[in-house]
Amino acid sequence: MNRRNRTLLSGIGAGTLVVALAACAPGTGGGSASDTDSGEISTDISGVEDMTLTVWDQEVRGGQNEQMEQLNAAFEEKYPNITIERNSQSFEDLGTTLRLALTDNDAPDVVQANNGRNSMGAFVEAGQLRPLDDYAAEYGWTDRYSDNVLQYSTYGEEGAVFGEGELYGLPQVGEVVGVFYSKSKLADLGLEVPETWSDFTSALEAASADGPALQLGNIDQWPAGHVFGPIQGQHVDPADITALGLGNAGASWTSAENEDAAAELQEWVDAGYFNDGVNGTDYDAAWQAFGSGDGTFLMGGSWLAADLEDAMGDDVGFFAPSRDDGTIATTGGTGLPFTITSAAENSDVAAAYIDFITSDDAMDVLAETGNLPVNRTAELAPSDGVLADVYTVFGEVTESGELLPYLDYATPTFGDTLGQALQDLIDGRVDPAAFTEQLETDYAGFTSGDE
Amino acid sequence: MPGRSTRRSGRAWVPYAYLAPALLVYGVFLLFPIGRAAQFSLFEWDGLGASTFVGLDNYVTVFQDGRLLEAFGHAFVLIFFFSVLPLAIGLLVAGVLNRAQVKGLGFFRTVLFLPQVIAMVVVAVAWRQIYAPDGVLNGTLRALGLGHLARPWLGDYAFTLPAVGLVGTWVATGLVIVLMLAGMTKIPREHYEAARLDGAGAFREFLAVTLPAVRGEITVALTLTIIAALKTFDLVYVTTRGGPGTSTTVPSYEIYRRAFETGDVGLATAVGVVLTAVVLVITAVVNRIGDRS
Repeated sequence: MNRRNRTLLSGIGAGTLVVALAACAPGTGGGSASDTDSGEISTDISGVEDMTLTVWDQEVRGGQNEQMEQLNAAFEEKYPNITIERNSQSFEDLGTTLRLALTDNDAPDVVQANNGRNSMGAFVEAGQLRPLDDYAAEYGWTDRYSDNVLQYSTYGEEGAVFGEGELYGLPQVGEVVGVFYSKSKLADLGLEVPETWSDFTSALEAASADGPALQLGNIDQWPAGHVFGPIQGQHVDPADITALGLGNAGASWTSAENEDAAAELQEWVDAGYFNDGVNGTDYDAAWQAFGSGDGTFLMGGSWLAADLEDAMGDDVGFFAPSRDDGTIATTGGTGLPFTITSAAENSDVAAAYIDFITSDDAMDVLAETGNLPVNRTAELAPSDGVLADVYTVFGEVTESGELLPYLDYATPTFGDTLGQALQDLIDGRVDPAAFTEQLETDYAGFTSGDE
Repeated sequence: MPGRSTRRSGRAWVPYAYLAPALLVYGVFLLFPIGRAAQFSLFEWDGLGASTFVGLDNYVTVFQDGRLLEAFGHAFVLIFFFSVLPLAIGLLVAGVLNRAQVKGLGFFRTVLFLPQVIAMVVVAVAWRQIYAPDGVLNGTLRALGLGHLARPWLGDYAFTLPAVGLVGTWVATGLVIVLMLAGMTKIPREHYEAARLDGAGAFREFLAVTLPAVRGEITVALTLTIIAALKTFDLVYVTTRGGPGTSTTVPSYEIYRRAFETGDVGLATAVGVVLTAVVLVITAVVNRIGDRS
């Protein structure tokens, strides 16, 4: 029996294998093209037959979820013929499930896709997102948004070029990386809020006299990117950073300026500006430590503002130091843009939805629910508190400064490459030259494969 | 007995009919996905668009990519922490518990087994707190006047892999102890008496009587823990995400990263197939050695 059993089992195994190998090659099934798009587009959807619009978003936290619920309800009220079916997941979950969802026969109509090349770029390349230029012209989206912002949802040549080409999505909120500070500690040191980069670095030195001034938790590898980004913004031409960040050919990591930026970060570590064990500290633990009174400064994104205000009240402020020419160049971007899938049942409805949730009225809702609206930012700024500072900085950066891309957009693997290189740099295992070479290998390998 | 054998062969299909539902489920949910994965591994595919058949190129990459080889190297280091160390501790503790006839053995067994019951993600979150720069471990070291030993355990290039491995030791030891105790209680008392009459001490007794008797249990323990070591994912994902640098990457994490984050499904499945083969070979070797009694 035993022997025969084995024969049977292996027979089944082999049979399964044959069936599997005979099945279609991966990627040739699934993925249905839209069948209702005739080329004619319309911005009036009140006459559309009753239908369900499926939306996948990642607005799961407090104020984010609240604005989404309010706007969805308002949309359904305005268009009783449309029902929104919302599927909301965390950022990480959405990122990993979207690939599968988009190739499904029953793909969602509107999805929030991360800007970078490993998400939106890959989807564009695979033809799974619909270009929105025709709708942008009808709805006037290019007037609504600054070019600085729209470039991060723009791809050309079927995903080969990032930052120019066709528009694929619209974000609701902005993000900007800057410096949070404790007002009382700065006052104790007898310092003003730093305006320029040299003000900031001398404040760092002064504040580190009796203990580290800067809190950083880099166990997850990406947080140090939000320290390196603003430093790089001081040393390197924004056009070069944009090319490097978007993974377009024509720039190089192995430049003297990039080495200077890396050297400055390493000097900060050596000078003891950071808390001990940066690479072994949790991101959350670091900002919470800052919130409870450790350190004078925290370099981080605007998304921390609400939590820090809860912890520190009036004591917390936010600024971004300017470059020599007086303008601000810092890392930032937008929330995940809302895009229309090419499988969308009715792209007119999907476009109307995106228009609705990014309209000027929607920006009011976003501001009321404690988010940082991507448009009308300065005008909607609250009168006081750290959020007022955040709105001001974002307004200045998008209007007169340079909003530098998150560097991990560059290539599908750049998030890991950068994260590991930064940990190496902070640990002192590599010098600035070796650091930039590590990054250049990934960047150059990708851009040369592009051509 | 000709009648009997005829009856038997006449109903030969009956056992298979009983097996069929389970086989079907096994085939649909296990064999088919494995076959499909093996097929994917022959393609270059980003998980989205069309795919290109590349033959065995992905497998060549697996054995040439420094990052992947490093990940496999880390997995072999983890075998020491997940299997060898727990086995040593388990044999020692079980030997003592068995010999000393401790009261409340059931209680100790439950406590020691507890880490096995807790989900690995929970374990990892807890240890991440313990290993934090101002966590319990460093706090204790400083309180004992050993502050110079305190370090960011999960951010130190030399210590992170052992630190992660020791979490595995903590989890696996309970399982190994329970297995060893179960094996040792089967040993007849007379064997020990005989050994003692021959003048054997505690250590000699352990080598001559206990160890050979639990050979089967050792094989089971090694098989289970080596598999756990090689397929470690959640522990690394939660504690370090492969860092600092690449010092704690493991094959399963690389599979996840390549399949879901960087869109390299073909290579990811190739790594999966290689990992499966490595697991099968190692456990086959362990069982071969264990059976040879």
